[in-house]
Amino acid sequence: MKLGMKKIFALVAAFVPALALAAGSSVPLDEHLTDLHDTASLQRGAQTFANYCMGCHSMEHARYNRVAKDLDIPEELMMENLVFADKKFGDKMTIAMDQVDSKRWFGATPPDLTLVARVRRPDWLYTYLRSFYEDDSRPWGVNNVVFKDVGMPHVLAELQGNQVLGTALVEEGFDTLTGQPIMVEKEHVLYIEEEGTLSADEYDKLVYDLVNFMVYMAEPIAVERERLGWWVLLFLAIFFVPVYFLNKEFWRDIK
Amino acid sequence: MSQNTNKIMAWIDDRLPVTQTYEKHMSKYYAPKNFNFWYFFGVLSMLMLVNQILTGIWLTMQFTPSAEAAFASVEYIMRDVEWGWLIRYMHSTGATFFFVAVYLHMMRAILYGSYQKPRELIWIFGMLIYLALMAEAFMGYVLPWGQMSYWGAQVIISLFSVMPYGDLLTEWIRGDFLISGATLNRFFALHVVAVPLVIVALVVMHLLALHEVGSNNPDGVDIKKHKDENGKPLDGIPFHPYYTVHDLVGIVVFLMVFCTVLFFFPEGNGFMLEYANFEPANGLKTPEHIAPVWYFGAFYAILRAVPDKLLGVIAMGAAIAVLFVLPWLDRSPVRSWRYKGIVSRIYIVIFGFNFALLTWLGTQPATELLTLIAQIASVIYFGYFVFLPLAPKFEKTKPVPERVTGGH
Repeated sequence: MKLGMKKIFALVAAFVPALALAAGSSVPLDEHLTDLHDTASLQRGAQTFANYCMGCHSMEHARYNRVAKDLDIPEELMMENLVFADKKFGDKMTIAMDQVDSKRWFGATPPDLTLVARVRRPDWLYTYLRSFYEDDSRPWGVNNVVFKDVGMPHVLAELQGNQVLGTALVEEGFDTLTGQPIMVEKEHVLYIEEEGTLSADEYDKLVYDLVNFMVYMAEPIAVERERLGWWVLLFLAIFFVPVYFLNKEFWRDIK
Repeated sequence: MSQNTNKIMAWIDDRLPVTQTYEKHMSKYYAPKNFNFWYFFGVLSMLMLVNQILTGIWLTMQFTPSAEAAFASVEYIMRDVEWGWLIRYMHSTGATFFFVAVYLHMMRAILYGSYQKPRELIWIFGMLIYLALMAEAFMGYVLPWGQMSYWGAQVIISLFSVMPYGDLLTEWIRGDFLISGATLNRFFALHVVAVPLVIVALVVMHLLALHEVGSNNPDGVDIKKHKDENGKPLDGIPFHPYYTVHDLVGIVVFLMVFCTVLFFFPEGNGFMLEYANFEPANGLKTPEHIAPVWYFGAFYAILRAVPDKLLGVIAMGAAIAVLFVLPWLDRSPVRSWRYKGIVSRIYIVIFGFNFALLTWLGTQPATELLTLIAQIASVIYFGYFVFLPLAPKFEKTKPVPERVTGGH
C-alpha cells in the first residue's frame, strides 16, 4: 500500500506530541526555536521582562551592564527604560519585593529567573506563558495547562486577552476538493474569548522574544562560547597535521 | 655548552637519580610495538586528571563552600570571573571525559587480559583509582549545591543506612542530621585535598607496578621472551620518543571531541550537567526524577533492579567488588580475547555493550519495562564473572603466537 504524502504528514504530526511528552512534561510543548543572534528580539525580550516580570521576579546572578553590553543597548537608554528604582548600571538585577510578603500573596515566593531557561527549557517556558486560562476557582482567576494550579497570576493578560479552556472548533487540515479548512469540534482546547491589545500572532511573538531573552540570561556566554569553539577546533585541526607527520616520521623504521 | 650541561647532570645524578629514572620510565622503557587504538586511554586518563587538578585549583579561587553562597558563587564564576565559564566547563566536561577514558581503559584490560598474572597489582591499583574517582566525582557534584547535588547526595548517603548502625553512620558521613552546609564543607575538603592526593598516589603506584613487569599488548604475548644481544625485547620499542609522539596524535583527536562537547554541548543534553541542578538546593522540594550523572548509571541501575533496598545495595557493592578479583576469576591459559574460545569472545563483547546499556538505564526513570531490562542486564553483568572461571572447562583456546602480530 502506498501512503500518500498527506497521510505521512498526518502520521508525523501525530507522533510529534508523543516525542515532546517523552521529554518529561505531561502536556505536549510547542517548540521554541531559540536564536541568540537575533539581538533585536533579545532587546524586545529584555523590555518585556523589565516591564512585566521584574516586579516580582529577580535575575539576581546577572548585572544590568552586562545585559546592555551583550545586547548593544546604550547605557543611557538602558538606565532610562530598563533599570528602575535607584539601581546603578553595574548592579545585580535584584528586586525590592519582600520574600515573606510575596509568599503570603502568592502562596510561594516568585522564584529568581536567571537560570529558569536552563531548568525548565525554552519549549516549556514558551508553552507555559501562552497557556494561562480562566479558572474562577483559583485565587487569581487563572490556571495553567502546563503548570497546574500555579500561584502566578496571568500578568500578560491585558496583551493576550481572556483565554479559556473549553470546547471549540479547530482547523484540522484542508478539504482536498474545495480547499476549504475542515473545522472539527474539539474538547479541551485553549481559545481567546475576549481579545487583548495584541493579536494571537503578536502575542506569540512577544512571548517568543521574552523566552529568547531568558535563554540568553541563563547562559550569557553561549554565543561567545560557540564562536570561540570554532577557533579552538580549527587550531586543533591545524595542529593535528605536524603531529601526524611527526609520528609518521618516527615510526618509519619500526617494522 | 653541552659539556657543561653534562657536568651539571652528573652532579645532580650523583645526588638524585634523575637520568636513571628518566631512562627507566621513558627512554629505556620498552613497550610492545603493536599497541592499537585501545592503548590511548591510559595517557588520556592522565591528561584528564591533570585537567581536573589544574582547573580545580582555579575554581577554588572563586568558589565559596557554604550552603548559603555555593550556588551563587558558581554563577559568579560563570558570569563575572574572566574566563571563569571556560574553566568551569573544562572541569565539568573533564569529569565526563575522565570517566569515558577510564571506562575504555578498563575495557582494554578486559579485552586483552591485562589484569592476568603478573599484572594483578596493576589492576588492583587501577580499581582503587576507579573507586577513589567515583568518590571524587560524587563529592564534586554536590559542591554547586543545586537540586541534583542535594538530592543525589541524599540518595547516595541514604544507601549507607542499610548497614549495621546505619543511622549513626549516615549522620557521621553528613556531619549533621540532614544534608547541610556541614556536609558541603567536608565534601569540599575531601574533594579538593584528600581524595586527589589519594588518586595521585595511586596513579604513581599503578605506573610503578606497570613499569616493573612491563606493558601487556593486544596479543597478550610476553615480549621479554625474545630479546636481542643487548637484552632489549625484539618486539619492544622505547616509550620515548615512539609512544610520546604516537600518544600526541591520540591526544589531539581526543581534544577535538572534548572541545566539541565543551564548546557546543556543555550540558551534555542533561547527562553531564542535569537541568534540575540549575535550581538551588531545596530540602523541602523533592525533584520528580532523581537521576545520577551518567557515569554512575550502571551501578545505579543494578541497585534499582533489585526490589529489596538492602539486597540492592549489596548487589551494587558486589558489582564493583567483583571487579577487584577479576585477575583470579579469569582462569584462561591465554590473556587476549583474540585467542580465547568463541563463547568467551562473544560474551566479552556483550559484557561491554551490556555495561553501556546499564549506564543508560541508570539515568532513566524506572518504568516497569526498563526495570525488567535492568534486571536482565544485571544478570548478564554478574553472569560474566561466573562464566570466566568455568570457560576453560569447556572451551578450547587458540594457539598464541610467539611474537606479536600486526602493529606497524
